[in-house]
Amino acid sequence: MMAKRPSRSFDERSIWWRVGADFLRSRVALTGLGVLAIVVLAALAAPWITPQNPYDLMQLDVMDARLKPGTPNSAAGYTYWLGTDGQGRDLYSAIIYGLRISLLVGVGSALIAAVIGTLVGLLAAYAGGKADALLMRLVDLLLSFPTILMAMMILAYVGKGVGNVVLTLVLLEWAYYARTARGQALVETGRDYVDAARGQGISKWRILTGHILPNCLPPLLVIGALQIARAITLEATLSFLGLGVPITEPSLGLLISNGYQYLLSNEYWISFFPGLALLATIVAINLVGDQLRDVLNPRLQK
Amino acid sequence: MTGWLLRRIAQAALVVLLMTVIVFIGLHAIGNPVDILIGDDMNQQERLQAIARLGLDQPLWRQYLAFVDGALHGNLGKSFVYQEDAIRLILHRLPATLELAIGALLLAIVIGVPLGLYAGMKPDHPLSKALMAASIVGFSLPAFWVALMFIMVFSVQLGWLPASGRGETRELLGVQWSWLTLDGLQHLVLPAFNLALFKISLVLRLTRAGVREVLPQDFVKFARAKGLSPVRVMVVHVLRNTLIPLVTVLGLELGATIAYAVVTETIFAWPGAGKLILDSINSLDRPVVVAYLMVVVVIFVTLNLVVDLLYKLLDPRVRLEAAR
Repeated sequence: MMAKRPSRSFDERSIWWRVGADFLRSRVALTGLGVLAIVVLAALAAPWITPQNPYDLMQLDVMDARLKPGTPNSAAGYTYWLGTDGQGRDLYSAIIYGLRISLLVGVGSALIAAVIGTLVGLLAAYAGGKADALLMRLVDLLLSFPTILMAMMILAYVGKGVGNVVLTLVLLEWAYYARTARGQALVETGRDYVDAARGQGISKWRILTGHILPNCLPPLLVIGALQIARAITLEATLSFLGLGVPITEPSLGLLISNGYQYLLSNEYWISFFPGLALLATIVAINLVGDQLRDVLNPRLQK
Repeated sequence: MTGWLLRRIAQAALVVLLMTVIVFIGLHAIGNPVDILIGDDMNQQERLQAIARLGLDQPLWRQYLAFVDGALHGNLGKSFVYQEDAIRLILHRLPATLELAIGALLLAIVIGVPLGLYAGMKPDHPLSKALMAASIVGFSLPAFWVALMFIMVFSVQLGWLPASGRGETRELLGVQWSWLTLDGLQHLVLPAFNLALFKISLVLRLTRAGVREVLPQDFVKFARAKGLSPVRVMVVHVLRNTLIPLVTVLGLELGATIAYAVVTETIFAWPGAGKLILDSINSLDRPVVVAYLMVVVVIFVTLNLVVDLLYKLLDPRVRLEAAR
């Protein structure tokens, strides 16, 4: 046992090295990663790179509402490079702050759902029998109905708010992780290394968490990346429908929704730019997730 | 096969029953519709009368039993807002939604299958790679935003296509349809295409994956060796075997499309069931929401059943296994 440790950690490092190298081989995925890095950094640094706090009503000037992109601000010395919305918000600032909410909701819900779902999946695989069947029927039931409809119902029940949106997304997403974790755990259970661990008298639960779980991570990672993108889209859609975040903290979806009424008078920018930011974020995440799947799936490797 | 079918139908009925419980309990927690329907100027007695008229003074389980009893007789209560039979209200609006969903599905097949075939036949061609990249964008596009951009470009700036409503309709089999008139078709183009975007990417990828899987198999090589024309090999041997997963996914996708039509219908002011449900949620019109959910559940469960059945009929391997 003692002698095995260093070689094992070396193996692990070389595996992640290989994954990293494979990942970077695709120029498209690299671009996605770059865009994603920029988006995340911009969202994190929002207060320092924006001229205005779009949530602070004191900083908004209704006289500056619906200004074209490139119009200078009447009072302070900056330019509305992307124009302003119906309340006189600087759209650039609003988008960067909106990205914060989108990413928070997407990543937050995906992480919580991943932990819960993985746990449920492993438990189902561990317990087997009736409990497993029951849990998986529940998962089937959840996954067979359209997410948007379920989300609308739950949100109508719990009400608006960032926390409630995260809660809704977690309720809808955990099932994906549970199914994947269970399936993968069952596959891994039949492998030789599990037999070997069993032969050493390690407890079933320890085998599950210490030996099987690490080997379930690759597919869960891929699901996670794609689920973040899905969650961000769903949050934007729900906010667009007026069921998501409150009007005082506009996310990208709500910004787009606010611009809807001005679209017909050709004031396109209020809906256009937030949508572009949303699209760039989602495409970037999907590109990264897609490449992760290709790299981590041993079946596709030659 | 009969035993399988019976078991499957019983399972479906159980799911429907389970959903009635979930939907019913869930909706009761949303809020008291009386607060919205009854003005502040009403006195306490009028208020109580209204509650009794709507049956809201009964205990929850009794309301549920009344609901199930009504549901079995095709009566899911009256809309609080429209003062009309909820189920009739929905069935009246459903054709518009079905028209939209089926239009989107047809667009997805007509556009997605040929592109997928091409991308599968020539995976290394630059055009195929561009198609795959485009399909990722297609998966990522927030549908509601694209809808707004469609309106902006095609309706506001170019003025080619109308942005709202169903346009002129014509009656067929007692139902009004938009696709039977030119004006209606013009109204259908933007919303149907908007709803189809995601599905085009899906069909493209599925077809491509199917072709890539089928192409290297022996029966394809054999068909080629027999000297069959490439078109015949493609259509009869490759495409037919690709269709099996496609039918499964698209069948299930029809249900999802009906649900997602909520967004598209809202933006394009398409008077379908989806727009009705969003309005009903906002006005706490409980009977309509319940009726809509029940209709969707039944549609979903039926589609699942039909797809399972089709799958068995299409794939001889599954069919033989079931017969054993």
